[in-house]
Amino acid sequence: MPASALIPGAIDMLLIPCPNCGPRDESEFDYGGPAIALPALEALTSDWHQALHLSSTTDQRVDEHWYHGAGCECWIRIRRDLVTHEINDAATGGDEVDA
Amino acid sequence: MKYSATTLLSQALRGQRKWPAIIAPAQLKQHYDAIIVGAGGHGLASAHYLAENHGMSDVLVLDSGWIGGGNTARNTTIVRSDYLLQPSFALKNFALKLWAQLSQELNFNLMYSPRGYIDLAHSDGELEHFMLRANAMHLAGADVSILNRNEIAEREPAIDLDPQARFPVSGALFQPEGGVVRHDAVAWGFARSASAKGIHIQQNCAVTGLTIKANRVTGVSTPLGEFATEKLLICAAGATAPLAELAGIRLPMQMINVQAFVTEPVKPILDCVVNYNAGLSYISQSDKGELVLGGATDGYLSRARRGSFARIEDTLARALQMFPWLSQLRMLRHWSGSADIPMDGNAIVGATAVNGLFVNCGWGYAGFKATPAVGWHLAELLASGTVPETLRPFALERFAEGALIDDAGIGPYPWRH
Repeated sequence: MPASALIPGAIDMLLIPCPNCGPRDESEFDYGGPAIALPALEALTSDWHQALHLSSTTDQRVDEHWYHGAGCECWIRIRRDLVTHEINDAATGGDEVDA
Repeated sequence: MKYSATTLLSQALRGQRKWPAIIAPAQLKQHYDAIIVGAGGHGLASAHYLAENHGMSDVLVLDSGWIGGGNTARNTTIVRSDYLLQPSFALKNFALKLWAQLSQELNFNLMYSPRGYIDLAHSDGELEHFMLRANAMHLAGADVSILNRNEIAEREPAIDLDPQARFPVSGALFQPEGGVVRHDAVAWGFARSASAKGIHIQQNCAVTGLTIKANRVTGVSTPLGEFATEKLLICAAGATAPLAELAGIRLPMQMINVQAFVTEPVKPILDCVVNYNAGLSYISQSDKGELVLGGATDGYLSRARRGSFARIEDTLARALQMFPWLSQLRMLRHWSGSADIPMDGNAIVGATAVNGLFVNCGWGYAGFKATPAVGWHLAELLASGTVPETLRPFALERFAEGALIDDAGIGPYPWRH
Protein backbone atom coordinates (compact mmCIF):
# COMPACT_ATOMS: atom_id res chain seq x y z
CA MET A 1 0.00 0.00 0.00
CA PRO A 2 1.44 3.42 -0.85
CA ALA A 3 2.25 5.58 2.17
CA SER A 4 0.17 8.45 0.79
CA ALA A 5 -2.97 6.27 1.05
CA LEU A 6 -2.45 5.86 4.79
CA ILE A 7 -1.83 9.46 5.82
CA PRO A 8 -2.61 12.47 3.60
CA GLY A 9 0.57 14.39 2.83
CA ALA A 10 2.75 11.51 4.00
CA ILE A 11 4.89 11.78 0.90
CA ASP A 12 6.57 14.85 2.44
CA MET A 13 8.73 12.32 4.19
CA LEU A 14 8.97 8.59 3.93
CA LEU A 15 6.50 6.38 5.69
CA ILE A 16 7.79 2.96 4.77
CA PRO A 17 5.28 0.08 4.71
CA CYS A 18 7.32 -2.67 6.35
CA PRO A 19 5.80 -6.05 5.40
CA ASN A 20 6.49 -7.28 8.93
CA CYS A 21 5.65 -4.22 11.07
CA GLY A 22 3.30 -2.05 9.00
CA PRO A 23 3.87 1.62 8.04
CA ARG A 24 6.84 3.01 9.98
CA ASP A 25 8.83 6.24 9.97
CA GLU A 26 11.92 6.40 7.74
CA SER A 27 14.10 7.23 10.76
CA GLU A 28 13.66 3.59 11.88
CA PHE A 29 15.38 2.36 8.73
CA ASP A 30 18.84 2.33 7.18
CA TYR A 31 19.10 2.77 3.44
CA GLY A 32 20.62 -0.09 1.47
CA GLY A 33 20.46 1.45 -1.99
CA PRO A 34 19.04 0.20 -5.28
CA ALA A 35 18.53 -3.57 -5.53
CA ILE A 36 20.91 -4.15 -8.39
CA ALA A 37 21.84 -7.55 -9.75
CA LEU A 38 25.56 -8.06 -9.21
CA PRO A 39 27.62 -10.05 -11.72
CA ALA A 40 29.65 -13.12 -10.78
CA LEU A 41 32.91 -12.40 -8.95
CA GLU A 42 34.97 -13.56 -11.90
CA ALA A 43 32.97 -11.45 -14.38
CA LEU A 44 34.71 -8.82 -16.51
CA THR A 45 35.54 -5.42 -15.02
CA SER A 46 33.24 -3.88 -17.62
CA ASP A 47 30.32 -5.96 -16.29
CA TRP A 48 31.02 -4.75 -12.75
CA HIS A 49 31.29 -1.17 -14.01
CA GLN A 50 27.91 -1.54 -15.67
CA ALA A 51 26.27 -3.01 -12.58
CA LEU A 52 27.83 -0.79 -9.89
CA HIS A 53 27.99 2.53 -11.68
CA LEU A 54 25.52 2.68 -14.52
CA SER A 55 22.59 0.32 -13.95
CA SER A 56 20.43 2.38 -11.56
CA THR A 57 21.03 5.96 -12.62
CA THR A 58 18.13 6.94 -14.87
CA ASP A 59 15.01 5.23 -13.51
CA GLN A 60 12.43 7.27 -11.68
CA ARG A 61 11.01 4.19 -9.95
CA VAL A 62 13.69 2.14 -8.24
CA ASP A 63 13.65 -1.21 -6.45
CA GLU A 64 15.67 -0.74 -3.31
CA HIS A 65 16.65 -2.30 0.00
CA TRP A 66 15.99 -0.80 3.43
CA TYR A 67 17.02 -2.29 6.77
CA HIS A 68 14.43 -1.97 9.54
CA GLY A 69 16.93 -1.66 12.38
CA ALA A 70 14.51 -0.14 14.91
CA GLY A 71 11.78 -2.68 14.08
CA CYS A 72 11.89 -6.24 12.85
CA GLU A 73 15.64 -6.05 12.08
CA CYS A 74 14.97 -7.41 8.60
CA TRP A 75 16.03 -6.22 5.17
CA ILE A 76 13.01 -5.33 3.11
CA ARG A 77 12.61 -4.50 -0.54
CA ILE A 78 10.41 -1.68 -1.80
CA ARG A 79 9.67 -0.03 -5.11
CA ARG A 80 9.89 3.75 -4.62
CA ASP A 81 9.26 6.73 -6.87
CA LEU A 82 12.26 9.08 -6.48
CA VAL A 83 10.18 12.20 -7.25
CA THR A 84 6.96 11.59 -5.28
CA HIS A 85 8.35 9.08 -2.72
CA GLU A 86 5.34 6.89 -3.42
CA ILE A 87 6.10 3.34 -2.37
CA ASN A 88 4.70 0.21 -4.00
CA ASP A 89 5.34 -3.48 -3.68
CA ALA A 90 6.97 -3.75 -0.28
CA ALA A 91 8.32 -7.24 0.29
CA THR A 92 10.68 -9.00 2.62
CA GLY A 93 14.20 -9.14 1.28
CA GLY A 94 14.44 -12.90 1.46
CA ASP A 95 17.71 -14.49 0.43
CA GLU A 96 18.75 -11.83 -2.03
CA VAL A 97 20.28 -9.52 0.57
CA ASP A 98 23.75 -10.45 1.66
CA ALA A 99 24.00 -8.33 4.79
CA MET B 1 30.26 50.71 -15.29
CA LYS B 2 33.05 50.38 -12.76
CA TYR B 3 31.73 50.17 -9.21
CA SER B 4 33.50 52.55 -6.82
CA ALA B 5 32.83 55.01 -4.01
CA THR B 6 32.44 57.73 -6.65
CA THR B 7 29.86 55.67 -8.57
CA LEU B 8 27.98 54.96 -5.37
CA LEU B 9 27.88 58.66 -4.50
CA SER B 10 26.86 59.82 -7.98
CA GLN B 11 24.11 57.17 -8.17
CA ALA B 12 22.89 58.16 -4.71
CA LEU B 13 22.59 61.78 -5.89
CA ARG B 14 20.43 60.55 -8.78
CA GLY B 15 18.12 58.75 -6.39
CA GLN B 16 19.52 55.25 -7.24
CA ARG B 17 17.43 55.26 -10.44
CA LYS B 18 20.19 55.26 -13.05
CA TRP B 19 22.03 52.03 -12.23
CA PRO B 20 22.61 50.04 -15.43
CA ALA B 21 21.47 46.40 -15.51
CA ILE B 22 24.16 44.03 -14.19
CA ILE B 23 24.10 41.97 -17.37
CA ALA B 24 23.41 43.39 -20.81
CA PRO B 25 20.51 41.85 -22.79
CA ALA B 26 22.05 39.79 -25.59
CA GLN B 27 21.22 39.89 -29.31
CA LEU B 28 21.65 36.16 -29.83
CA LYS B 29 23.63 34.95 -32.83
CA GLN B 30 23.39 31.70 -34.79
CA HIS B 31 26.94 30.53 -34.11
CA TYR B 32 29.31 30.75 -31.13
CA ASP B 33 32.90 29.59 -30.59
CA ALA B 34 31.68 27.90 -27.40
CA ILE B 35 28.35 27.31 -25.66
CA ILE B 36 28.03 26.69 -21.93
CA VAL B 37 24.83 25.09 -20.65
CA GLY B 38 24.15 26.19 -17.08
CA ALA B 39 24.56 29.73 -15.72
CA GLY B 40 25.48 28.67 -12.20
CA GLY B 41 28.74 29.58 -10.49
CA HIS B 42 30.78 27.02 -12.42
CA GLY B 43 29.33 27.90 -15.84
CA LEU B 44 29.66 31.66 -15.33
CA ALA B 45 33.18 31.34 -13.86
CA SER B 46 34.15 29.33 -16.96
CA ALA B 47 32.73 32.09 -19.16
CA HIS B 48 34.59 34.79 -17.21
CA TYR B 49 37.95 33.00 -17.43
CA LEU B 50 37.43 32.16 -21.12
CA ALA B 51 37.39 35.89 -21.80
CA GLU B 52 39.86 36.93 -19.09
CA ASN B 53 42.57 34.28 -19.56
CA HIS B 54 42.09 33.16 -23.16
CA GLY B 55 40.56 36.13 -24.97
CA MET B 56 37.53 34.05 -26.01
CA SER B 57 34.37 36.14 -25.79
CA ASP B 58 32.30 34.64 -28.63
CA VAL B 59 30.55 32.51 -26.02
CA LEU B 60 26.90 31.86 -25.14
CA VAL B 61 25.79 30.82 -21.65
CA LEU B 62 22.30 29.26 -21.50
CA ASP B 63 20.22 28.51 -18.44
CA SER B 64 16.77 26.95 -18.09
CA GLY B 65 16.17 29.08 -14.98
CA TRP B 66 17.72 32.30 -13.76
CA ILE B 67 21.08 33.41 -12.40
CA GLY B 68 21.38 32.52 -8.73
CA GLY B 69 18.31 30.28 -8.89
CA GLY B 70 20.05 26.91 -8.58
CA ASN B 71 22.50 25.23 -6.27
CA THR B 72 24.92 28.19 -6.43
CA ALA B 73 22.57 30.12 -4.16
CA ARG B 74 21.37 27.14 -2.09
CA ASN B 75 24.63 26.18 -0.40
CA THR B 76 25.85 27.44 2.97
CA THR B 77 28.58 29.70 1.43
CA ILE B 78 31.52 27.89 3.07
CA VAL B 79 34.93 27.75 1.38
CA ARG B 80 37.77 25.51 2.62
CA SER B 81 40.24 22.95 1.26
CA ASP B 82 40.64 20.34 4.01
CA TYR B 83 40.63 17.26 1.79
CA LEU B 84 42.79 14.19 2.22
CA LEU B 85 43.24 13.14 -1.39
CA GLN B 86 45.51 15.24 -3.56
CA PRO B 87 43.13 15.79 -6.54
CA SER B 88 40.37 17.14 -4.27
CA PHE B 89 42.77 19.22 -2.20
CA ALA B 90 44.62 20.73 -5.16
CA LEU B 91 41.50 22.04 -6.86
CA LYS B 92 39.87 23.45 -3.73
CA ASN B 93 43.09 24.97 -2.43
CA PHE B 94 43.68 26.72 -5.75
CA ALA B 95 40.13 28.04 -5.41
CA LEU B 96 40.99 29.47 -1.96
CA LYS B 97 43.85 31.46 -3.55
CA LEU B 98 41.49 32.75 -6.24
CA TRP B 99 38.70 33.67 -3.79
CA ALA B 100 41.14 35.99 -2.02
CA GLN B 101 41.52 38.23 -5.11
CA LEU B 102 38.16 37.81 -6.79
CA SER B 103 36.28 40.79 -5.34
CA GLN B 104 38.98 43.10 -6.73
CA GLU B 105 39.28 41.24 -10.02
CA LEU B 106 35.52 41.20 -10.67
CA ASN B 107 34.98 44.69 -9.22
CA PHE B 108 32.09 43.13 -7.31
CA ASN B 109 31.88 42.71 -3.54
CA LEU B 110 31.73 38.95 -2.94
CA MET B 111 31.82 39.55 0.83
CA TYR B 112 34.75 37.15 1.04
CA SER B 113 35.51 36.52 4.69
CA PRO B 114 38.41 34.14 5.56
CA ARG B 115 37.25 33.83 9.14
CA GLY B 116 38.71 30.37 9.78
CA TYR B 117 37.25 26.88 9.64
CA ILE B 118 37.08 24.58 12.68
CA ASP B 119 36.25 20.91 12.12
CA LEU B 120 35.41 19.25 15.45
CA ALA B 121 36.37 15.67 16.33
CA HIS B 122 34.52 13.76 19.03
CA SER B 123 36.73 10.70 19.50
CA ASP B 124 40.43 9.83 19.51
CA GLY B 125 40.03 7.81 16.31
CA GLU B 126 38.43 10.74 14.55
CA LEU B 127 41.16 13.09 15.77
CA GLU B 128 43.81 10.71 14.44
CA HIS B 129 42.13 10.82 11.07
CA PHE B 130 42.16 14.63 11.26
CA MET B 131 45.94 14.45 11.87
CA LEU B 132 46.34 12.27 8.78
CA ARG B 133 44.35 14.80 6.75
CA ALA B 134 46.21 17.78 8.25
CA ASN B 135 49.58 16.15 7.53
CA ALA B 136 48.59 15.49 3.91
CA MET B 137 47.46 19.12 3.55
CA HIS B 138 50.61 20.40 5.28
CA LEU B 139 52.82 18.43 2.89
CA ALA B 140 50.90 19.96 -0.01
CA GLY B 141 51.62 23.43 1.33
CA ALA B 142 48.42 24.37 3.20
CA ASP B 143 48.24 26.38 6.41
CA VAL B 144 46.48 23.95 8.75
CA SER B 145 46.77 22.92 12.39
CA ILE B 146 45.29 20.58 14.98
CA LEU B 147 43.77 22.32 18.02
CA ASN B 148 43.36 20.81 21.48
CA ARG B 149 40.40 21.73 23.70
CA ASN B 150 42.12 24.75 25.28
CA GLU B 151 43.07 26.12 21.88
CA ILE B 152 39.52 25.63 20.61
CA ALA B 153 38.17 27.50 23.66
CA GLU B 154 40.57 30.36 22.98
CA ARG B 155 39.69 30.59 19.28
CA GLU B 156 35.92 30.07 19.58
CA PRO B 157 34.53 30.41 23.12
CA ALA B 158 30.95 29.85 21.92
CA ILE B 159 31.55 26.10 21.44
CA ASP B 160 30.41 23.86 24.31
CA LEU B 161 33.57 22.01 25.45
CA ASP B 162 32.16 20.43 28.59
CA PRO B 163 34.20 17.23 29.20
CA GLN B 164 31.08 15.69 30.78
CA ALA B 165 29.05 16.11 27.57
CA ARG B 166 27.52 13.00 25.99
CA PHE B 167 30.07 13.26 23.15
CA PRO B 168 32.91 15.50 24.42
CA VAL B 169 35.03 17.33 21.85
CA SER B 170 38.43 15.65 21.49
CA GLY B 171 40.10 18.23 19.26
CA ALA B 172 39.75 20.01 15.95
CA LEU B 173 41.29 20.60 12.57
CA PHE B 174 41.74 24.32 11.96
CA GLN B 175 42.19 25.95 8.56
CA PRO B 176 42.63 29.72 9.03
CA GLU B 177 42.14 30.43 5.31
CA GLY B 178 38.69 28.82 5.31
CA GLY B 179 35.64 31.02 5.56
CA VAL B 180 32.56 32.18 3.71
CA VAL B 181 31.82 33.93 0.41
CA ARG B 182 28.44 35.43 -0.42
CA HIS B 183 27.12 32.83 -2.89
CA ASP B 184 24.68 34.76 -5.09
CA ALA B 185 27.20 37.61 -5.35
CA VAL B 186 29.57 35.03 -6.86
CA ALA B 187 27.02 34.15 -9.55
CA TRP B 188 26.26 37.81 -10.30
CA GLY B 189 29.90 38.90 -10.10
CA PHE B 190 31.00 36.35 -12.69
CA ALA B 191 27.91 37.05 -14.84
CA ARG B 192 28.58 40.80 -14.82
CA SER B 193 32.23 40.34 -15.73
CA ALA B 194 31.46 37.86 -18.52
CA SER B 195 28.71 40.09 -19.90
CA ALA B 196 30.97 43.16 -19.83
CA LYS B 197 33.53 41.22 -21.87
CA GLY B 198 30.92 40.55 -24.57
CA ILE B 199 29.76 37.07 -23.57
CA HIS B 200 26.04 36.44 -24.12
CA ILE B 201 24.01 35.14 -21.19
CA GLN B 202 20.49 33.89 -21.89
CA GLN B 203 18.28 32.99 -18.92
CA ASN B 204 14.98 31.06 -19.05
CA CYS B 205 16.12 29.13 -22.10
CA ALA B 206 16.35 25.36 -21.64
CA VAL B 207 18.40 23.21 -23.97
CA THR B 208 16.05 20.62 -25.47
CA GLY B 209 18.36 18.85 -27.87
CA LEU B 210 21.98 18.36 -28.87
CA THR B 211 23.05 18.16 -32.49
CA ILE B 212 25.81 15.66 -33.08
CA LYS B 213 27.19 14.76 -36.50
CA ALA B 214 29.83 12.07 -37.05
CA ASN B 215 30.51 11.91 -33.29
CA ARG B 216 31.14 15.66 -33.15
CA VAL B 217 29.06 18.36 -31.46
CA THR B 218 27.60 20.86 -33.91
CA GLY B 219 25.02 22.72 -31.83
CA VAL B 220 22.08 22.81 -29.44
CA SER B 221 18.35 23.35 -29.90
CA THR B 222 16.28 25.51 -27.56
CA PRO B 223 12.82 27.13 -27.59
CA LEU B 224 14.62 30.27 -28.88
CA GLY B 225 16.03 28.38 -31.85
CA GLU B 226 19.16 26.48 -32.80
CA PHE B 227 22.65 27.64 -31.90
CA ALA B 228 25.68 26.18 -33.65
CA THR B 229 29.01 25.56 -31.95
CA GLU B 230 31.95 23.17 -32.05
CA LYS B 231 32.59 23.34 -28.29
CA LEU B 232 29.82 22.55 -25.83
CA LEU B 233 30.28 22.49 -22.06
CA ILE B 234 27.43 21.06 -19.98
CA CYS B 235 27.68 22.56 -16.52
CA ALA B 236 24.12 21.97 -15.37
CA ALA B 237 24.43 20.02 -12.07
CA GLY B 238 21.53 17.55 -11.88
CA ALA B 239 20.41 18.29 -15.45
CA THR B 240 23.81 17.28 -16.84
CA ALA B 241 23.13 13.53 -16.80
CA PRO B 242 19.83 13.74 -18.78
CA LEU B 243 21.52 16.14 -21.26
CA ALA B 244 24.47 13.78 -21.66
CA GLU B 245 21.98 10.95 -22.33
CA LEU B 246 20.91 12.94 -25.41
CA ALA B 247 24.44 12.42 -26.67
CA GLY B 248 24.33 8.73 -25.75
CA ILE B 249 26.56 9.15 -22.71
CA ARG B 250 25.49 7.52 -19.45
CA LEU B 251 26.91 9.24 -16.36
CA PRO B 252 27.39 7.25 -13.12
CA MET B 253 25.34 9.74 -11.15
CA GLN B 254 22.56 9.77 -8.57
CA MET B 255 20.42 12.60 -7.20
CA ILE B 256 20.23 13.10 -3.45
CA ASN B 257 18.54 15.77 -1.36
CA VAL B 258 20.55 18.20 0.80
CA GLN B 259 19.03 20.66 3.28
CA ALA B 260 20.04 23.95 4.84
CA PHE B 261 18.58 26.24 7.50
CA VAL B 262 18.73 29.83 8.69
CA THR B 263 17.82 31.09 12.17
CA GLU B 264 16.47 34.48 13.12
CA PRO B 265 19.21 37.16 13.21
CA VAL B 266 21.04 37.80 16.48
CA LYS B 267 24.04 39.85 17.66
CA PRO B 268 27.47 38.54 16.59
CA ILE B 269 28.30 35.36 18.53
CA LEU B 270 30.20 33.12 16.11
CA ASP B 271 33.19 34.48 14.19
CA CYS B 272 34.31 31.37 12.33
CA VAL B 273 32.86 28.38 10.49
CA VAL B 274 32.37 25.31 12.68
CA ASN B 275 31.58 21.76 11.59
CA TYR B 276 30.54 18.68 13.55
CA ASN B 277 32.47 16.12 11.51
CA ALA B 278 30.78 12.92 12.68
CA GLY B 279 27.53 13.00 10.72
CA LEU B 280 27.91 16.63 9.65
CA SER B 281 26.37 19.82 10.95
CA TYR B 282 28.09 22.97 9.74
CA ILE B 283 27.34 26.45 10.92
CA SER B 284 28.40 30.06 10.41
CA GLN B 285 26.90 33.46 11.14
CA SER B 286 25.93 35.75 8.28
CA ASP B 287 26.61 39.49 8.25
CA LYS B 288 22.91 40.02 8.95
CA GLY B 289 23.32 37.95 12.13
CA GLU B 290 21.44 34.84 11.02
CA LEU B 291 23.03 31.51 11.83
CA VAL B 292 23.32 29.45 8.63
CA LEU B 293 23.32 25.68 9.08
CA GLY B 294 23.61 22.66 6.85
CA GLY B 295 23.85 18.92 7.30
CA ALA B 296 24.61 15.70 5.51
CA THR B 297 22.55 14.50 2.56
CA ASP B 298 19.18 12.93 3.33
CA GLY B 299 20.95 9.61 2.89
CA TYR B 300 18.83 8.07 0.17
CA LEU B 301 18.16 8.73 -3.50
CA SER B 302 15.67 11.54 -4.11
CA ARG B 303 14.73 13.93 -6.88
CA ALA B 304 11.92 15.44 -4.81
CA ARG B 305 13.71 18.66 -3.66
CA ARG B 306 11.84 18.22 -0.38
CA GLY B 307 13.82 17.49 2.73
CA SER B 308 13.25 14.65 5.16
CA PHE B 309 12.32 15.50 8.76
CA ALA B 310 14.74 12.88 10.04
CA ARG B 311 17.70 14.87 8.66
CA ILE B 312 16.43 18.16 10.09
CA GLU B 313 16.29 16.64 13.55
CA ASP B 314 19.67 15.02 13.12
CA THR B 315 21.46 18.16 11.87
CA LEU B 316 19.98 20.35 14.60
CA ALA B 317 20.74 17.79 17.33
CA ARG B 318 24.42 17.98 16.39
CA ALA B 319 24.30 21.78 16.20
CA LEU B 320 22.79 21.89 19.71
CA GLN B 321 25.61 19.72 21.05
CA MET B 322 28.11 22.31 19.80
CA PHE B 323 26.04 25.37 20.76
CA PRO B 324 23.35 24.60 23.39
CA TRP B 325 22.22 28.27 23.28
CA LEU B 326 20.94 27.65 19.74
CA SER B 327 17.82 26.09 21.30
CA GLN B 328 16.66 29.64 22.11
CA LEU B 329 16.54 30.61 18.42
CA ARG B 330 13.74 30.09 15.94
CA MET B 331 14.34 28.79 12.43
CA LEU B 332 13.54 31.49 9.94
CA ARG B 333 13.94 29.56 6.70
CA HIS B 334 14.66 26.05 5.55
CA TRP B 335 15.31 24.87 2.03
CA SER B 336 16.67 21.93 0.13
CA GLY B 337 18.16 21.21 -3.24
CA SER B 338 19.01 18.24 -5.41
CA ALA B 339 22.68 17.37 -5.29
CA ASP B 340 24.09 15.33 -8.15
CA ILE B 341 26.55 12.87 -6.63
CA PRO B 342 28.58 10.35 -8.67
CA MET B 343 29.23 6.84 -7.42
CA ASP B 344 32.54 7.77 -5.71
CA GLY B 345 31.23 11.06 -4.33
CA ASN B 346 33.56 13.18 -6.46
CA ALA B 347 32.90 15.37 -9.47
CA ILE B 348 33.03 14.39 -13.13
CA VAL B 349 34.92 16.99 -15.14
CA GLY B 350 36.47 16.83 -18.58
CA ALA B 351 36.05 15.58 -22.11
CA THR B 352 33.64 12.87 -23.26
CA ALA B 353 33.61 10.28 -26.03
CA VAL B 354 31.83 12.82 -28.26
CA ASN B 355 34.26 15.31 -29.84
CA GLY B 356 33.73 18.84 -28.60
CA LEU B 357 31.40 17.79 -25.78
CA PHE B 358 32.66 18.51 -22.26
CA VAL B 359 30.94 17.93 -18.93
CA ASN B 360 31.30 19.39 -15.45
CA CYS B 361 28.93 17.90 -12.90
CA GLY B 362 28.58 15.70 -9.87
CA TRP B 363 29.81 18.26 -7.37
CA GLY B 364 27.19 17.07 -4.91
CA TYR B 365 27.22 19.43 -1.99
CA ALA B 366 30.92 20.30 -2.33
CA GLY B 367 30.96 22.39 -5.50
CA PHE B 368 30.62 25.97 -4.32
CA LYS B 369 34.04 26.21 -2.69
CA ALA B 370 35.71 25.02 -5.91
CA THR B 371 33.89 27.48 -8.20
CA PRO B 372 36.71 29.79 -9.40
CA ALA B 373 39.26 26.97 -9.76
CA VAL B 374 36.85 24.84 -11.78
CA GLY B 375 36.00 27.82 -14.00
CA TRP B 376 39.70 28.61 -14.46
CA HIS B 377 40.56 25.07 -15.59
CA LEU B 378 37.40 24.53 -17.66
CA ALA B 379 38.20 27.71 -19.58
CA GLU B 380 41.66 26.27 -20.27
CA LEU B 381 40.05 23.00 -21.39
CA LEU B 382 37.60 24.74 -23.72
CA ALA B 383 40.22 27.09 -25.17
CA SER B 384 42.97 24.53 -25.72
CA GLY B 385 41.00 21.30 -26.12
CA THR B 386 43.39 19.46 -23.80
CA VAL B 387 42.52 18.45 -20.25
CA PRO B 388 44.56 20.41 -17.66
CA GLU B 389 46.63 18.26 -15.26
CA THR B 390 44.51 19.30 -12.24
CA LEU B 391 41.29 18.08 -13.89
CA ARG B 392 42.69 14.81 -15.24
CA PRO B 393 41.83 12.72 -12.14
CA PHE B 394 38.17 13.81 -12.43
CA ALA B 395 37.71 12.23 -15.86
CA LEU B 396 34.61 10.16 -16.57
CA GLU B 397 36.82 7.21 -17.59
CA ARG B 398 37.94 6.69 -14.00
CA PHE B 399 34.81 4.67 -13.25
CA ALA B 400 35.46 2.15 -16.01
CA GLU B 401 39.15 2.00 -15.08
CA GLY B 402 38.56 1.72 -11.33
CA ALA B 403 40.69 4.81 -10.56
CA LEU B 404 38.05 6.33 -8.26
CA ILE B 405 38.59 9.44 -6.10
CA ASP B 406 36.88 8.24 -2.97
CA ASP B 407 37.75 10.91 -0.35
CA ALA B 408 35.67 9.25 2.34
CA GLY B 409 36.68 5.65 1.46
CA ILE B 410 33.06 4.58 1.21
CA GLY B 411 32.69 2.83 -2.15
CA PRO B 412 30.04 3.04 -4.87
CA TYR B 413 27.30 4.38 -2.55
CA PRO B 414 26.67 8.05 -3.43
CA TRP B 415 24.06 8.49 -0.69
CA ARG B 416 26.73 7.85 1.97
CA HIS B 417 29.12 10.52 0.71
